[in-house]
Amino acid sequence: MQSGEDERITTPWEDVGLSRSEYHRVCEDLDRRPNPLELGLYGLMWSEHCSYKSSRRHLEQLPTEAPYVLQGPGENAGVIDLGEGLALAFRIESHNHPSAIEPVQGAATGVGGILRDIFTVGARPIALLDSLRFGDPGDPRTRYLFEGVVSGISFYGNCVGVPTVGGEIYFDEAYRENPLVNVMCLGLAPKDRLVRGRASGAGNPVFIVGARTGRDGIHGASLLASREFDEETESMRPAVQVGDPFREKLLIEACMQLTGSDAVVGVNDLGAAGLTSAASETASRAGMGMEIDVTRVPLREEGMTPYEVMLSESQERMLVIAHRGREGEVEDIFDRWELEAARIGEVTSDGQLRILEDGTEVASIPALSLTEGAPAYDRPMRSPAPDPGFHAGEIPEPQDLNRVLLQMLSHPNLCSRREVYEQYDHMVGINTAMNPGADAAVLRVRGSGQGIAVAVDGNGMLCHLDPRRGAMNVVAESYRNLSAVGARPLAVTNCLNFASPEKPEVMYRFAEVVAGMGEACQALGTPVTGGNVSFYNETGGREIYPTPVIGMVGLLEDVSRCVPPGFAADGDAVLLLGGGTGSLGGSQYLNIVAGKVAGPVPTVDFAAERVAGKACRVGIARGWIRSAHDVSDGGLAVALAEAACLSPSQLGAKIELQAGERADEILFGEGGPRYLVSAAPESLEALLERSRELGCPLDVIGEVGGSFLRVATGQRRIDIPVADLVEAREGGLQ
Amino acid sequence: MTEEVGGMHFSVIVFPGSNCDRDCHHVVGNVLGAPVDYVRHTAQDLPETDCVILPGGFAYGDYLRAGAVAAHTPVMDAVREFALRGGLVLGICNGFQVLCEAGILPGALMVNSHLRFSCHDCWVRVEDIDTPFTRQCEVGQVLRLPIAHHQGNYRPNLNGERGRVLMRYCGPEGESDPRHNPNGSWDGIAALSNDAGNVMGMMPHPERCAEAVLGETDGAYIFRSIVKGYREAGNRAIRRG
Repeated sequence: MQSGEDERITTPWEDVGLSRSEYHRVCEDLDRRPNPLELGLYGLMWSEHCSYKSSRRHLEQLPTEAPYVLQGPGENAGVIDLGEGLALAFRIESHNHPSAIEPVQGAATGVGGILRDIFTVGARPIALLDSLRFGDPGDPRTRYLFEGVVSGISFYGNCVGVPTVGGEIYFDEAYRENPLVNVMCLGLAPKDRLVRGRASGAGNPVFIVGARTGRDGIHGASLLASREFDEETESMRPAVQVGDPFREKLLIEACMQLTGSDAVVGVNDLGAAGLTSAASETASRAGMGMEIDVTRVPLREEGMTPYEVMLSESQERMLVIAHRGREGEVEDIFDRWELEAARIGEVTSDGQLRILEDGTEVASIPALSLTEGAPAYDRPMRSPAPDPGFHAGEIPEPQDLNRVLLQMLSHPNLCSRREVYEQYDHMVGINTAMNPGADAAVLRVRGSGQGIAVAVDGNGMLCHLDPRRGAMNVVAESYRNLSAVGARPLAVTNCLNFASPEKPEVMYRFAEVVAGMGEACQALGTPVTGGNVSFYNETGGREIYPTPVIGMVGLLEDVSRCVPPGFAADGDAVLLLGGGTGSLGGSQYLNIVAGKVAGPVPTVDFAAERVAGKACRVGIARGWIRSAHDVSDGGLAVALAEAACLSPSQLGAKIELQAGERADEILFGEGGPRYLVSAAPESLEALLERSRELGCPLDVIGEVGGSFLRVATGQRRIDIPVADLVEAREGGLQ
Repeated sequence: MTEEVGGMHFSVIVFPGSNCDRDCHHVVGNVLGAPVDYVRHTAQDLPETDCVILPGGFAYGDYLRAGAVAAHTPVMDAVREFALRGGLVLGICNGFQVLCEAGILPGALMVNSHLRFSCHDCWVRVEDIDTPFTRQCEVGQVLRLPIAHHQGNYRPNLNGERGRVLMRYCGPEGESDPRHNPNGSWDGIAALSNDAGNVMGMMPHPERCAEAVLGETDGAYIFRSIVKGYREAGNRAIRRG
């Protein structure tokens, strides 16, 4: 980008964000020099954001297959088979850079974009989740970003009528300049109605439908999302698009009708890189070409050049490829929903993406060269200095454990998220069987009696300390969240948020995270069906933590069996399922109370994870377990406090834990497959016996009852009225 | 909840951008088991129907005032005429806003006093059971119903018709308490009918809590009331068609 004061001369490739060697490669592919329009299209499609050029080779190692996976990476969304003739489509995507400079619209259009990825494949969106990261909430600018992002998600999601059913939020100085906004969407489709993003059949007509094309969002993918931030970034606000959820809602209904007809060949949303990406990807997936006349694209403003039309990232648009002779049906459907559908070209057999301006060719590029032909790099990697870890002796044991627990519960990273999720309509669609605030959201599947469970999880702090092990913990955490509501984990979508891949240390952590995630997903039987990579999350050399976020989906055979995290009834036994103790390395206790970010990060024992997950799911399916909550951030003490706060009548409990060397480690240590469950006395014997058969440790640690949470370990005690715990938890985000 | 619906026929109005239309259709059709049609905003006439539901959510994106554009669609002329002849009209959330904007119910719904969209369960106390929508309840009965809105702060028409207050926000024991008023609504009004009692607007969503699998089931009282009244009237509701 050239600014007024900076008069240095730039080369044509630098203007579009490419390197000299990439420019040479373009010339080779074309067998000539590209004209400025063609170079612009390459700049966009070969940007980091669109081409995954730094990440592709690593991502290829992830496990992607299972008998129930219908569609894996490379398509608009991952799709799995739920049985009963139903398919579940899901994907997560980032909208970090736009949200950093315009939080409301950045987040809103992030929601709009991920919705289109789902209904593009013919699935009706049924739920949204968000994973968010910000700096210190006490900082005014962070407050502006945080409130803006939440109101953007609320504005778009509520209006479009898709419930926001869950998510996670963490605050850390590492995200001060570069907040993270990752949005996940799930959709349901009859299996026989799935549509692919393919432009097959030479001569088939190509339509652009939905909103008109304007000058908004030009260079969003290449120059905004594929560079680190500097002083000029603020001036790029015009590269952020503006969302129109009303039009998106109409587009959803029209596309549902369209994909229900057999007039359609393929559908693709217009997201990052707009028409250029949709046209070249649909053509190259089908091994075909496409001819588009930009003068036929309905425009929002006059005088747009072919370059601007092809690069525009105006929202709420789709590309539709219909069967020849069925054009009238497509036009009628969009007419009914008061949307425009313009025929802009047709599928060709020569593999070329050809752009015309009023009939005259202005660009011609092999479609494959723009997509699969993009460069892929093995970027240099260097291991950063390992985390030295902490020594127990550095941290004095706290005298007042009550005070520590209240301090932790009221911390922005651990407190209740009610203030946020109550701004989201989490019920519209009337499928939400488990509301936000639980370990995982659960949606009933109408007709089949099944339930879909979903959770999003990430942990940048652990991945900063030990990227490989950190990523394993992230996958294990999602696995536990799903098992805690009684769902069998099935598959994963991931969003990998990192700093600049041009830094060897960042690239090393990226590779380690992908390796750890791959190993964990393989071991836990949850293939990765797609996702998104977001690099360049840094400002002035200040990097975010390496932050992989995963969305995991699972299935309950009987949705009416799912259990909440809060204690259910007076007199129920409280048990620790999965056994073991936690450790303080990488824990929220160390972070919040001792102000230390230090390892060692807990190891993950996959065999033990599978056994504990199964024991929990079986106990829930049989109706023995009445509440379940995985022990994660803040350890056992925080899990107990949450189970009390979340119980419908705020029931307390009396708990006796084994004494250890350090009470704080017993109470606040994290890691391991541990579930806090409660069971009615009459179910206890059966539950214990079944767990023994499965080889899963299960210990009675106390009893539900009273209005106090009382926890003893050796001579040390926590003794607090549940009402005080609730008060501490509810005020944390204000 | 499956009830004998006695041949009662429902219509759900669909405006562009409506998003609780399918939810209402599901509860009426699959839970209540009554015949139900979608009716588009462009319809000049209603099909044969005994009860019209204006669903919640949004209409036309509500970028202006909630319900302001929807109130001027052709179908609302038909709904107004149906209501004047005594037909049953239930407006839920956005449907309540549309009814006020269309002048079919008195008053207006302003932005919540705390200025935010707000989605959670709340309690309402039933004040008047002499309507087709509340006759299965008892006076003073407390219902737990979810709300989800940005503009639910009811303001009355000070110089004209006031209508009848059917439900007020309250605490879990039915106590009036401003802390349990989720939007600053005047007099704690959550649901209101016209003087004749055949048109009700309510901000809470009864269709969201009419099935056990979703947790609460108090919303079923509203749908059961409608059907029971119809049966007791000898299946002779005001009928269009």
